[in-house]
Amino acid sequence: MELKPNEKLNINEIMKDLENYHPRRTGWAWRKHLPEGTKKYDFEYFQISEDLKNSVPLPSAHYFGGIDPQPDEVITSEIASGRFEEDIRRMRMAAWHGADHIMVIRTLGQSHIDGLIEGTPEGIGGIPITRKQLRASRKACDIIEDEIGRPLNFHSYVSGVAGPEIAVLFAEEGVNAAHQDPQYNVLYRGINPIRSFVDAAVAKRIMAGADMLQIDGAHNANASAKKAWNVMPELLVQHGINCLFSVKSGMKKGNIALSTVPPTTAPSPEFRMNLVYALTLREIFSGYRFRAQMNTRYIESDLFDATRIHVLNSALSRLTSADIQSTITPDEGRNVPWHINSIRGVETAKHALVSMDGINQYVKINEEKVRPEIRELKMRAILMLEEMIEKGGYFEAVEDGMLVDNGFYPERFGDGIARPKNGGIGAGTVVPRDKDYMAPVSDHFGYNNLPENIKRGDELIGGDTLHNHEKIQYIDELDETDNANKRLEEIENYKKQGLIKPEVEWNYDGWIQIDMTIPESEDYAEAAAIEICKKMGLEDPQLISKTVLHPAEATYVEMKGKVPFFVKKDELVLPKKPELVANEVLFDFFKNRPTKVVAGTVGNDEHNVGIREILDIKHGGIEKYGIKYTYLGTSVPPEKMIDAAIETGADAILASMIVTHNEVHTENMKKLHELAIEKGIRDKVMIIVGGTQISNDMALEHDMDAGFGRGTKGTHVATFIYKKLSGKL
Amino acid sequence: MKERNDDFELRAKHLQGMTDEELDKYFWELTEKVVNPLVNLAETHTSQSIERSVLLRMGFNSLQASKLVDRIFEKNLLSKGAGNVIYRVSKELNSDIIKTGTEMVDGKHWEIADALFEGSEK
Repeated sequence: MELKPNEKLNINEIMKDLENYHPRRTGWAWRKHLPEGTKKYDFEYFQISEDLKNSVPLPSAHYFGGIDPQPDEVITSEIASGRFEEDIRRMRMAAWHGADHIMVIRTLGQSHIDGLIEGTPEGIGGIPITRKQLRASRKACDIIEDEIGRPLNFHSYVSGVAGPEIAVLFAEEGVNAAHQDPQYNVLYRGINPIRSFVDAAVAKRIMAGADMLQIDGAHNANASAKKAWNVMPELLVQHGINCLFSVKSGMKKGNIALSTVPPTTAPSPEFRMNLVYALTLREIFSGYRFRAQMNTRYIESDLFDATRIHVLNSALSRLTSADIQSTITPDEGRNVPWHINSIRGVETAKHALVSMDGINQYVKINEEKVRPEIRELKMRAILMLEEMIEKGGYFEAVEDGMLVDNGFYPERFGDGIARPKNGGIGAGTVVPRDKDYMAPVSDHFGYNNLPENIKRGDELIGGDTLHNHEKIQYIDELDETDNANKRLEEIENYKKQGLIKPEVEWNYDGWIQIDMTIPESEDYAEAAAIEICKKMGLEDPQLISKTVLHPAEATYVEMKGKVPFFVKKDELVLPKKPELVANEVLFDFFKNRPTKVVAGTVGNDEHNVGIREILDIKHGGIEKYGIKYTYLGTSVPPEKMIDAAIETGADAILASMIVTHNEVHTENMKKLHELAIEKGIRDKVMIIVGGTQISNDMALEHDMDAGFGRGTKGTHVATFIYKKLSGKL
Repeated sequence: MKERNDDFELRAKHLQGMTDEELDKYFWELTEKVVNPLVNLAETHTSQSIERSVLLRMGFNSLQASKLVDRIFEKNLLSKGAGNVIYRVSKELNSDIIKTGTEMVDGKHWEIADALFEGSEK
């Protein structure tokens, strides 16, 4: 199935014949780095990778030849809509913006389900991970990666009480990466510690067999501790335990990524604290991979605050190193992430990484300053390990509440998370393997009493599912009502009727965001905002964020509400696109019919970038076609424009202006028109206005000959002048 | 853990003389001491999820794997390996593994399993 950029992803096509779909590759894919000094447009780059075939570049790219340099680091986008059929649309959006690691969040509670789920039930805050959802998502990733020209790494979670089974499922279905860390189960999911570690080794061995990348769970200590900056020694310990446990389970170091988050944020003096921590980590864990995650611990509901934090976090990745830059949507503190904010997160990472390309070659860390602090952190972690061993080991330490304590080790607040070795979910379910224990499969960790001549367990059964995809039994749906087909029926029905509704995460969810500044204190502002939304006809209006501009003067409020109506596509009238005339026709016409214009910005407008682009030959302006112009400068009074038109014998006046709310621009249009009549030249001179907020309708309404807005090029204006002069209008 | 003031200076005395490389090396030696017993535990034990993962790899679906492992656990045969139990029963019957397992889901052949592993080594 080939995707065309102007066509939507066809979910029915993806769902078709899924039982026979095989993932076309397994394992993780890094970006293909380009050599240092690679040129793009006018610039040299040190840390970029191959371009995409199709992409959306950063907003200002059109000033830079439209380039979209891709950083060397893999960029992650987290997706959590709860419906896989909606997730895959988000994947495509994120991939176009530069994400190549698609992390699908699991539904709430799956980590406590002892076994696998099947079909496509709807989830909460993520999808239930099932074979069908994985297979359909992987198939979509395969299609999207062809469209963008770069492999997509598909990722989810091998945690909870069904870790080994999920790992098999992932290996079978071509999932490329997963979170796996038994400590996460123990500390945050209340799963029995023994069960967690015994299961984890088997899960890791299966992941290793499929060449999957692993991300650990240490960052959760960061997210859980109140004083996250104090858990730094413990983070080193947690990373160490999972890393070494993974290596001993059969994973190669290059596939083990530490999930590392800058622990603190402003108003603390975050950068130097985070820097020392990042440097320490990279020294001790040399040879492992680094997945730099953005801080979530201190994100409130303010998008801009989150974005500032994330830019600084990405700067840290560039000043130290990172293999994967993960993104967190800036709206994580207020919504299940919305399309736009997923994309903003990816753009923030791409922008920051590209902007700091090669900065390490220009800036050096002051070794003298950081060394004592690095050493201290290492020693604190070592002391923690010493005490852990003194206590009898990991299980005993956890039982005693040694971990996720808010004290800066060896300081202790006594508020750590304590989990009994023999308690929790799944306690007492682990049994010793007998001498005749045997598992006739491949990639199996631990004692396995295989017959002497057998090297790989699955030889006994003629190959297992990890080597023979045909052996997998595909289950489609188990629930007749809670499945994707049912959900899609409703959407298809709307689509067939050509109905349009806004959305933030699902087709036709109807949610919109609206912001306003209310000149009242917080409480009144919030109440007023809800009332305003109700009067606008929005359903279920809710506050998502507010910023006090001043306790008495004003409050800025962001609201969400649902639009209760549809718009019909076939009833929409699209603004006409200007028809262009071939360059040769224009060249020929203006050669034979010498044409002059006078131009400038009118009124109190000092912005002349736009008008210069319309005029100058080097920007493809009207000069290119042989039109002679007299540039009068900025903030030219209308009188002067008319006088100059008379003096030079101009055929047209080009007046650039900004649109103001006190209607200065309409006054100026009026003046230009009336003065031209007064001086007797209106029928000989066309008056053309332009500016980012100007529209042709607005210009005609005020007796101008034409108006040009954002995106206008010299050729549009030249075409209009040609048509007017040649009597074609 | 009980509250405790930061006694880093005192505790870290034996570490102050180490170079950075020595500190890194010592960090990993200690980590290994913590991790080794955990690895050993995993090598010598199994769980229902592990055994279901074996059956999945053998070609059973999740519903079959779940029922089979529940039954095997009840019969105290998990320590033999769920895959092993079904593999040996199918050999005994000289029948296809998936066919045998599917029949066992329906309650057949369990007496063969009992007999095969009765009194075997722990």
